[in-house]
Amino acid sequence: MTELLRVEHLNKAYGEVPVLQDISFTVNTGEVQVVLGPSGSGKSTLIRCLNGLEPYQSGTIYFQGQKIDPTPKNWQLLRQKIGMVFQSYDLFPNLNIMDNITLGPIKVQKQSKATAQKEALRLLDTVGLADYTAKFPRELSGGQKQRIAIVRALALHPDFMLFDEVTASLDPEMVRGVLEIMANLAKQKMTMIVVTHEMNFAQQIADNVLFLDDGHILESTPGKDFFTNPQTDRAKEFLQSMDF
Amino acid sequence: MSWQIIQQSLPMFQKGFILTLQMSALGILGAIILGLMCSLCQYFKIPVLKQIVGAYIELSRNTPLLIQLFFIYYGLPGIGLKLSAYTCGIIGLIFLGGSYMAEGFSGGFDGIPNSQIESGKAIGLSQGQLTRYVVFPQGFALSIPALAANIIFLIKETSIFTVIAIPELTNTALDLIGLYYHTNEYLLVLVVGYAIILIPLSIILTWLERRIRYGTFGD
Amino acid sequence: MAHSGINLIFEGQNLPRLLGGLWITIRVALIAIIAGGVLGIFLGVLRTFKNRLLRFILRLYLEFFRIVPTVVLLFLFYYILPKSMNLNLPAAEVATLVFTLWMAAEASDIVRGALISVPQHQVDSGLAIGLNRSQLYYYVLIPQSLKLMLPAMMNLISRIIKTTSLLLLISVLDVINVGQQIIEANQKQYPQGAFWVYGVIFVLYFLICYPFSLLAKKLQKD
Repeated sequence: MTELLRVEHLNKAYGEVPVLQDISFTVNTGEVQVVLGPSGSGKSTLIRCLNGLEPYQSGTIYFQGQKIDPTPKNWQLLRQKIGMVFQSYDLFPNLNIMDNITLGPIKVQKQSKATAQKEALRLLDTVGLADYTAKFPRELSGGQKQRIAIVRALALHPDFMLFDEVTASLDPEMVRGVLEIMANLAKQKMTMIVVTHEMNFAQQIADNVLFLDDGHILESTPGKDFFTNPQTDRAKEFLQSMDF
Repeated sequence: MSWQIIQQSLPMFQKGFILTLQMSALGILGAIILGLMCSLCQYFKIPVLKQIVGAYIELSRNTPLLIQLFFIYYGLPGIGLKLSAYTCGIIGLIFLGGSYMAEGFSGGFDGIPNSQIESGKAIGLSQGQLTRYVVFPQGFALSIPALAANIIFLIKETSIFTVIAIPELTNTALDLIGLYYHTNEYLLVLVVGYAIILIPLSIILTWLERRIRYGTFGD
Repeated sequence: MAHSGINLIFEGQNLPRLLGGLWITIRVALIAIIAGGVLGIFLGVLRTFKNRLLRFILRLYLEFFRIVPTVVLLFLFYYILPKSMNLNLPAAEVATLVFTLWMAAEASDIVRGALISVPQHQVDSGLAIGLNRSQLYYYVLIPQSLKLMLPAMMNLISRIIKTTSLLLLISVLDVINVGQQIIEANQKQYPQGAFWVYGVIFVLYFLICYPFSLLAKKLQKD
């Protein structure tokens, strides 16, 4: 197993208020890390730091063994290799579905339009939305938008994917379709860091669980053990509160 | 109310009408260009220019057009700058409108949700690409309602040109009233004259606004 | 001598006269803002009612004051009130009336917009605890919408004050009119008088309007 991402002693605060304290963990290629914890524990902030959307005060992130120098320019280059999907989908409302997906490949990675569109069609087909290329985001349901948002991130062929509570604002019947796509990605050995509240799904895909509470990693436990045999009382309480 | 008097006055009003339209068009065009430049200085936080623009916007928005015109037309010759009434009118309208348009554009740019900027960054767009593919198209669409309101506002403001004796619609009416005292007739034509410009324009702009917003936004 | 033109302002009674004119201007604005504001809140509440005819009439009233330029409104009232209604008011009172009606029209739209943006569930919960309609407006809708309407109201107030510059057109002895008299009376001695007098009036208007636009911006941010 090769190491893809390593975080060492990451600290972040908003003004005086610490949000993340001494966060360290490693993600190997092909692994699915699920980040769990009560709301306000810092889960979203953590994965936003991994994409350079939030500055952090101290600590180091290593990507493929290289230390990341956190300048805006470096992050901009790195983000092509890190796909990220947000809770609120955030497709570009001014672009149709095809342009949403190919904007990055064509403008950032300088692929030809034909190549980018061919790849976009292939990816759209895998999520069952190949007929939607000419539509605009407003014409789609929440679940469809979120599937498109995943495709938009995948189109850059990232080395790993960040998912920030991607099903949290979806209607229950839309959730399954999105989770299936993520489960398929996990099967294809895509490296993923997933923040979620869907506990069944988490148990199904997690190779490892990071349990966050109040900005600390309280435990890092293999997925097969965390749900049946958590090590800390806080994690037990959390699982109980989630009806698990 | 006499139809004959109205009919006789129409050629005069027609001239005023055309002048109102012409000066409005020039002034609004200038105001949009000036406003866009000002809002870009502010959006990109260009040092010095940003402060100058800020001061200009406050001065322009917090003083009446009438006194701006008086200052340009009667005041500036005192320090050796003499301009025709027509030029003063256009300059005044651009000076006034530029700040309103700037605030309209800025409102649009600021109205773009931060999550849009972030998802643009997340697919690796550079600052320039982000501006071109996300900020501009969405910001323009969001600023349309404010720009439309400003256009109507500026057309109405041209009625103040009468104070420096520019023979636009209002001035034409006041002149005719002074000459022939047919107050009711001339005031009626005056109101109808503005209604002919403003009612269709307001309908078109509302329609355009809906179309643009529907074309790009909304759920 | 251009540089000494500023002396014109401080000569004799000129400054007190200018400020006296300014007071006339402010008085018109003040009455219009208070009376028009109260009327506007009332009309704004009426415009949220279901009665279609009432809403149509009030909408028409608003659109009329929106479409017709204020200069034209002033002349309409100035010429037509005495002629068709035999009502001979002093020019300053005609202006106060016009500005009050204009303020009321614009304010009614702000009030209506704020009222209808209070979420429906607030209305439902108000009704659920047994409030009647006027109680609903008084305790729930108006207090909650106040925060929404304040920035727009500040901008409107500043607009009314700026528009009082038009008083001159119907011969009210406002600050600009006084300024003109001063310029004309001193034409020989101070050929550049216009620059300084209009400059001072420009600054005076700015000083009065700027606080309102600052306040509007601050309220918008909170």
